[in-house]
Amino acid sequence: MSDRLPGFSTLAVHAGAQPDPTTGARATPIYQTTSFVFNDADHAASLFGLQAFGNIYTRIGNPTNAVLEERVAALEGGTAALAVASGHAAQVVVLQQLMQPGDEFIAARKLYGGSINQFTHAFKSFGWNVVWADPDDVASFERAVTPRTKAIFIESIANPAGSITDIEAISTVARKAGVPLIVDNTLASPYLIRPIDHGADIVVHSLTKFLGGHGNSLGGIIVDAGTFDWSTGGKYPMLSEPRPEYHGIRLQETFGNFAFAIACRVLGLRDLGPALSPFNAFMILTGIETLPLRMQKQCDNAKAIAEFLAGHPAVASVSYAGLASDKYNQLARKYAPKGAGAVFTFSLKGGYDAGVNLVSKLQLFSHLANVGDTRSLVIHPASTTHSQLDDAAKVKSGAGPDVVRLSIGIEDKEDLIADLEQALGA
Amino acid sequence: MNHDAYPDNYIRGILNSVKSIAMVGASPVNVRPSYFAFKYLAQRGYDMIPVNPGHVGKELLGKPFIASLSDIGRPIDMIDIFRNSSHIMPVVEEALTLDPLPKVIWMQLGARDDLAAAKAESVGIKVVMNRCPKIEYGRLSSEISWMGVNSRTLSSKRAPAPTQGMRLSLNRMSVGGGDTAASDRAAKNKTEQS
Repeated sequence: MSDRLPGFSTLAVHAGAQPDPTTGARATPIYQTTSFVFNDADHAASLFGLQAFGNIYTRIGNPTNAVLEERVAALEGGTAALAVASGHAAQVVVLQQLMQPGDEFIAARKLYGGSINQFTHAFKSFGWNVVWADPDDVASFERAVTPRTKAIFIESIANPAGSITDIEAISTVARKAGVPLIVDNTLASPYLIRPIDHGADIVVHSLTKFLGGHGNSLGGIIVDAGTFDWSTGGKYPMLSEPRPEYHGIRLQETFGNFAFAIACRVLGLRDLGPALSPFNAFMILTGIETLPLRMQKQCDNAKAIAEFLAGHPAVASVSYAGLASDKYNQLARKYAPKGAGAVFTFSLKGGYDAGVNLVSKLQLFSHLANVGDTRSLVIHPASTTHSQLDDAAKVKSGAGPDVVRLSIGIEDKEDLIADLEQALGA
Repeated sequence: MNHDAYPDNYIRGILNSVKSIAMVGASPVNVRPSYFAFKYLAQRGYDMIPVNPGHVGKELLGKPFIASLSDIGRPIDMIDIFRNSSHIMPVVEEALTLDPLPKVIWMQLGARDDLAAAKAESVGIKVVMNRCPKIEYGRLSSEISWMGVNSRTLSSKRAPAPTQGMRLSLNRMSVGGGDTAASDRAAKNKTEQS
C-alpha cells in the first residue's frame, strides 16, 4: 500500500474497475438490470434517503456505469462523475443544478453546432438565457457578467476548427464573478488537456467521441472538480438549501467536495431521466483503456495531414493549432503539449462547390456527423452540423461555406494523405 | 501533519485501529449529516456513542445520548466532532482532560481549527480535519465507488461484496489512484481566506 500516484495510462486501464466482488470477473461486467434488491426495509430506506452507498435503480446508478464514472473522474482529476445518455444530456443536467428561470450563463461563441442550437433554442424555452462571448477575447466574458450570471461554458479545444481556449484566463473571470467554469473537454480528452488543472469547476464530455473512441456508443459524462463553494449567498439553492425531494437534506453540507456530482445524480438524472445504458457504459469503458494510444496516434496523424494540406495548391488555408504558423499554436503548446487534437478544418480555394466535390471523392474518409472515431471522418459543416446558423454566424463560429472539417483516425497516415491527394487533385 | 491533504495510509491506520467513537453534535434528525455518519459507522461495526446535551434521555439508533465527553465514563478511541469550526476548541479542550486521552480527534467536513489541532497533536493525539469518516471509509473500502466517486485507490484484488453490518477491509493492496489535487487546493484557499 502506498500513496504513489499512477500515470495516466495506468488509470485509463484500472481506475474504478476491480474484479467483480461476486464472481471474480476481471473485465467489468455489464449489469444489464433495471433494479437491485434491498436487504430489508431499513436498507431500502437508507438507500432512498442517501444515507447508505448502494444501488437502487439504473436511472439513479448502475455498477457498470459507476466504473465508467470513477474512471473518467480519475482521468480528469475530479472528485466524482456522473454518466448520462449523451453529451447533450450532460449539459442539460449540469445547468439544471445551476439555473433558475430568468438566469443567464455565458458561453463561448465557438462551440459544437449542436450546443449552440441547444443553448439558443431548447434552453431558452426553460428560461435559461445564454449570453455569447468570444473565446479569443477574454474581456468579452468579463463584460457579459451580470448579477444573474450563474455559469461560464467553454470548450477546451473548440469545434469545428480545433482552436484552443485560454482556460486559465477565463477561469479567472469566472472566479471573480463567483460562478463555476464549465469546460466541455470532448475534443481534447483528459489525455491532452485536464481542464481542472487550469481552473475548471465542472468538466463535461460527449463520451461518444474520443473517450469511447470507436463510433459505436453514445454517452455523456459530468465531472465534479470539487473546487466550487456552493454555499455562499444562496445563489445555488439546489446545492445549498434543504431539498424537499430528500426531506430537507442540504447536499453540499452532506457530500462536501462531490456534492455537485451527487446533485446531478439525485436531482438531475433521477428526475430528468437521461440514463446511460450499461451496455454503452461497457463499450465506452473498453474504449477508454486505449485512449492514450489512440489519441497520440490521432494527434500525430492529424499534424502530418495538416502539414500536407497546408502545402497543397488547392487549399486556401488550414486551421490546426498544431501548426507552428497557426494563431492558436502558442496556446496549444501551453495547454496541449502532447498534440493539438485530431479535429481541424481547412478551406478550399474552390469554395463551397470544391468542398462538396472533395467530400464525394474521398474513399477512406467517411462523410458523417461525428468526430473522435478510429476511422477518419469528413464533413462540410456549413451544410450539416452548423447549417442552422445564418451565414454571418457560420463564419464567426469557424464554419464558413468554403470550410471542410476532418476528424483524423488511427489509420496509416500515408493512406489518408493519398486519399486526400486523389480527391483534391481530380 | 499536513492538514490540507492526508496520505491514505494515515486515514486507513486510524479507521483500522479505532473501535469506539464518540460523536459530538450527533443529531437524531435523519436528514442531518451526523445522523448519516453515525448510522453508517454503527453498521460497519464501530462502537458509537452519541454526545449531545440537548437530547439526553433519548436514544440514537438504540444508543443513549450522553451530555458531554466527560460523562461517557469509559475510554474512547476517537472523538468525531460535528460542530462548526468556531465551536471546535472547547470540545478539544474537554477531550484533553479525559483519562486516558482519546487516540484520535476527527473534525467533520467543513470544520477546521488549526490551533485546536496543534494542541491535540502536542499531546500525541492524531487529528483529521475537514473530512467525513463515512466518506473516507467508503472510499478506502471502495464502497463509495457505487456513487461514481473517485476513490483514489486501485486494486487488482477481489473485494468482498458488502452486506449489511459487515466490516469492510480497508487493507486491500492498493496503489494511489487518481488525484483530486484541485479540490484540496480549493479547500486550502478557502481556509486561508477565512
